[in-house]
Amino acid sequence: MSAPGGVRQPSVARARTAAPGTGVARPRRAVRYAQYAALLCYLAFLGLPLLWLLSTAFKPPRELGSAAPELLPAHPTLGNFAAAFDEQPLLRSGLNSLTVAGCAALLSVAVAVPASYVLARRRTLPARATSGWIVAGQLFPLVLVIVPLFMVLRQLRLVDSLGGLVAVYVVWNLPFALWMLRGYVRAVPPALEEAAAVDGCGRLRTLRSVVLPLLAPGVVATLMFSFVAAWNEFFFALVLLKSPEKQTISVLLTRFTGAEGAADLGPLAAASLLATLPSLVFFALLQRRLAGALSAGAVKG
Amino acid sequence: MPEERVRARAGLRLPRSRRAGATDASAPSAPDSASDSSGRPARTSARTSARTSARTSVPPPRTARDRRRALGLDAGAWFLLLPALLPILVLSVGPLLYGMSLAFTDAQAGRTDPTRFTGLANFADLRLDPLFWDSFRVGLVWAVSVTVLQFALALGLALLLDQNLRFRWLARTLALVPWAMPQVVVGELWRLVYHQDAGLLNTTLRGLHLLDHNAGWLTSPSLALPAVIVVGVWAGLPQTTVVLLAGLQNVPRELHESAALDGAGAWRRMRAVTWPALRPVAVAIASLDLIWNINSFGLVYVLTQGGPGGQTRLPMLFAYEEAFRYGQYGYAAAMGLVLVAAVALLLAVFLRSRLRPYEEEGGVR
Repeated sequence: MSAPGGVRQPSVARARTAAPGTGVARPRRAVRYAQYAALLCYLAFLGLPLLWLLSTAFKPPRELGSAAPELLPAHPTLGNFAAAFDEQPLLRSGLNSLTVAGCAALLSVAVAVPASYVLARRRTLPARATSGWIVAGQLFPLVLVIVPLFMVLRQLRLVDSLGGLVAVYVVWNLPFALWMLRGYVRAVPPALEEAAAVDGCGRLRTLRSVVLPLLAPGVVATLMFSFVAAWNEFFFALVLLKSPEKQTISVLLTRFTGAEGAADLGPLAAASLLATLPSLVFFALLQRRLAGALSAGAVKG
Repeated sequence: MPEERVRARAGLRLPRSRRAGATDASAPSAPDSASDSSGRPARTSARTSARTSARTSVPPPRTARDRRRALGLDAGAWFLLLPALLPILVLSVGPLLYGMSLAFTDAQAGRTDPTRFTGLANFADLRLDPLFWDSFRVGLVWAVSVTVLQFALALGLALLLDQNLRFRWLARTLALVPWAMPQVVVGELWRLVYHQDAGLLNTTLRGLHLLDHNAGWLTSPSLALPAVIVVGVWAGLPQTTVVLLAGLQNVPRELHESAALDGAGAWRRMRAVTWPALRPVAVAIASLDLIWNINSFGLVYVLTQGGPGGQTRLPMLFAYEEAFRYGQYGYAAAMGLVLVAAVALLLAVFLRSRLRPYEEEGGVR
């Protein structure tokens, strides 16, 4: 099942791709049409629901109540956004989410950077155990953790507090942050550290002025990822926060639906859009790196 | 992987020789730059670093010889590792072990009398609980079908995006959005799509005369689970696609070209060239997807809350209800343990051919 023989013929292969009409470069026309048809199906499957959310958010109430709703709003309005802010504590829960996600991201990265350095550079038992935990920890369902965590946090009077939620998110973000950063540290050549040491840098100084600047892109990516993960998180926030004025935006969105049902569709869609924006911005910036980090981690362990 | 090993060795050398050098702190400074060779400069550099480290913020060890290496790491490394290790131990590993032990007790919310050890009683109850078995069955159907569909669709999309097609950028951008969305928003979004009177799906299907009445996608017992599975696929498709695409771009182009030259058709090239290179990535992301899907909660909680009549009550939802609606902590924990066992079993079956996908090195290169 291995690759066919005659692999090492780069010059021939290059000549062949340059030749029009055959080979890998130009599939037949029917194949192309099939490919575009498939792509169109994917676009519809991925895009139409999003378009629907967008259009619902901008539809006036009369169009929302219509028996034959249109795909696009005939008279787009911002009224749903205003209603979402008026009827629900959107701003406060947004700020809660911002605080929690921001603190969690900063703390988890601050803790993960030095640790990931050790994980990348040493291959000893604690480092290996931590690396193993990063993978094994994925296996366990949250129920197993949440019940005892709830009991522990209640003892510490951290249930129904944003501080408790931050602590949980930091720990919850750490495996991925460590995983990502470890990859970035491995890309820093140890020779640079040795050079710094020759020039008289102590260990912390080397870390701070040589390794850290080189890690900066990785640190930024990890920060953004941790922020998005905490911003999007739902389960812990649902279980740990009880009082309405502390709820995060994810939890608020689930409370939107209950009371009034159909009449609330517009504001709900508007609020959902707003709740997606921060993650979306960060993700747009992150996209490439994240894919690289995920697949690199998956292959290299 | 000799490069890795060299790097690891070089990384190890620094602190060890630093310790050795610290005894004669008056060692001469490095005569030459560190970058020209690998052996000697490392040692001299380490010596200087030891000398200067006394002046930086690290608390220097009283006598370097006394400094012990605990489990292969010296004090400095522990100092760097502990801030991450402690929270993990206290808020993750600890609760996890505690949670496992709860499974063997009758722990409940708001109890005054002490919790007792009850052995396997919870598991015996689970065995006789029809609700649990229903939920377990629903969870299996959900996890396996979502993972399989996700993977198949993602592989197709990744292969398409790897081609030189127009509008590729649009698909890439669109694929990004569901990934970034909070699960709750994905749930709300699909509630709008599935909405009985004002939903996109019913409107479209009626417009195409495929349906003569409005179907309750999330309220009909037979439709709810498939409907929810579609949402699960939609939500997880982008991530799987992006990872597979990154894997595809590691497939050596020249192999493809020479295979085509040798007369291999598209299918043959896929099987003989693409798949072997993609396999480590594919296996890893499929296993992760399976784990994530089995432990999934938010999506279905928002969509149906487990209804109608428990048709979409995933194991996580069941456990959540047991723990936080009925306060049956021990019972919920037992359920969690059963889930872990199920995941481990499924993974073992799935990974039988490749036991350690994470440790696999050089699979691609």
